[in-house]
Amino acid sequence: MSAALPVKWLVVAVACAATLFAQSSAATLPRTADGKPDLNGIWQAMNTADWDLQAHGSEPGPVSSLGAIGAIPPGEGLVEGGAIPYLPTAAAQQKENRKHRWTADPEIKCFMPGVPRATYLPYPFQIVQGGNTILMTYAYAGAVRTIRMGNPAKSPSDTWMGWSVGHWDGDTLVVDVTSFNDQTWFDRAGDFHSDALHVIERYTPRGPDILDYEATIEDPKVFSRPWKISMPLYRHVEKNAHLLEYQCIPYAEDVLYGNLRHRQGGSK
Amino acid sequence: MTLRRIATLALAAVIPAAAQNAVPRTPDGHPDFSGVWTNKNITPFERPRELAGKEFFTPQEAAQYEKTHQFNVDDREGIKGTDADVTSAYNTFWWDPGTHVAKTRRTSVVIDPPDGRIPALTQERQKQLREVAEVRRRRCEKPGCELENNGQPGPADGPEDRPLMERCLSFNNAAPMVHSAYNNNYEIVQTPGFVGIDVEMVHQMRRIPIDGSPHLPANVREWVGDSRGHWEGDTLVIDTTNFNDQTSFHGSDQNLHLIERLTRLDADTILYRFTVDDPTAFTKPWTGEIPFVKSDGLLYEYACHEGNEGMRGILSAARADEKKAAQASK
Repeated sequence: MSAALPVKWLVVAVACAATLFAQSSAATLPRTADGKPDLNGIWQAMNTADWDLQAHGSEPGPVSSLGAIGAIPPGEGLVEGGAIPYLPTAAAQQKENRKHRWTADPEIKCFMPGVPRATYLPYPFQIVQGGNTILMTYAYAGAVRTIRMGNPAKSPSDTWMGWSVGHWDGDTLVVDVTSFNDQTWFDRAGDFHSDALHVIERYTPRGPDILDYEATIEDPKVFSRPWKISMPLYRHVEKNAHLLEYQCIPYAEDVLYGNLRHRQGGSK
Repeated sequence: MTLRRIATLALAAVIPAAAQNAVPRTPDGHPDFSGVWTNKNITPFERPRELAGKEFFTPQEAAQYEKTHQFNVDDREGIKGTDADVTSAYNTFWWDPGTHVAKTRRTSVVIDPPDGRIPALTQERQKQLREVAEVRRRRCEKPGCELENNGQPGPADGPEDRPLMERCLSFNNAAPMVHSAYNNNYEIVQTPGFVGIDVEMVHQMRRIPIDGSPHLPANVREWVGDSRGHWEGDTLVIDTTNFNDQTSFHGSDQNLHLIERLTRLDADTILYRFTVDDPTAFTKPWTGEIPFVKSDGLLYEYACHEGNEGMRGILSAARADEKKAAQASK
């Protein structure tokens, strides 16, 4: 009895502290004038998911003259359960993609990256949060998405960045993304999807400077079941942090049109 | 400075005091520019010679001008079978330049100098542009040149030879935000310290901090320049520098200092003014004005680069021309 009392009190004290902490965390979260969590700012993932969403060791890169800066760094997987649940034919396609990844990856061509890949490219992105509209603007390829809050309008066609409709689930921004084309990949390892892709993203502030990001990926033409990735996104807290433009078209033109150039030593 | 004062005075004249109070505001008290806007109009950029001395159309004159200046490219009879018919083979399904003059009924986008004409380029800039044009002209004495949007042939040895529009890099719609043949739509999202403007044309993005932060270091150059905003009363002033040496607005160079002023006139209108200050390119600064009108439409994704079959066609045609010429000379 005399021994049990302190334990009981300890449990109560811990519970109280936990509640207080949760409340103060929710209370200190920066909020917009309409009371939503303020996600405005520049964010970036800190992982190697763009190399491969699944766990991978380091590997040599495609250009040996670049030495250590051209090699593939290792990374822990971000896929819940470990493996992406490909249908058998899709698994074969992924292997094929991977074999040709140094020419076939749309990232090489400076094509818009799609979702969720845009989020974990090794470049920052910026959230500009209005009441009815949230812009997500990405450094890479100048890609941009408009997230329309609760807007029932339908996309008139397939798109690269998808058609994003948002709503708030408590302090979580939930974005439902549809109307994709089948041209983007999930990573440089050849992980891919079809035009039946449906992504549900969740952005939950863990505090003022960290967002917990989750994406649930459905595509019955490619996967046997929905699957999920999750990762933290970190705020750029540097003084005067600014999203610089990474206009990559000029760097991709040789890859895309090099074979159509005026031949060297011609009549130039 | 004098220029700015003139612009402010002129603006006061066009805004009724009641309208200034009626504009929507953000919780922090600034005018709210949020929403989808269009700047399409068929007002001439520079005042035509025949309208010299005339700053505004009367309503009747505006209606008459609209009647006689409709953009009609469906009538292609005269050019059938020519290269021009193929190089600009869009019809009015694609083009969307608008059908009305700007609602201010001005006779030109350029409002300063008061004659509505862009000031002369500096001697040095003229020389520079002549030299560039001469090199391109000389390169086109051999086969492998393709027609450009202005109807002149230009070299096509590689994508770098081609105009920025054909490369999906810029349509000159973003900084300054000037209308062209289509996609004249802009979505503005405004937060307490920041304004983002999504430019539908080739999805260029204007990122405008309003926080007193300095411009980027001078060696960092951007396709839409580096923009910083501040408030002057109810006017959002955007100051943009750090342009690269590839873009050019009516002859400007990388020293372009662009000053844009957005004033919300009423629920449906933003008065947009831009001043082009570039002492190495122009003999004096000049200012244009375009009203932006609220749109009930949405912005859509313009994946230009991703679907750029045009570039493949242009380069392939140039290679085919070279091959044909080489065979003919054998």
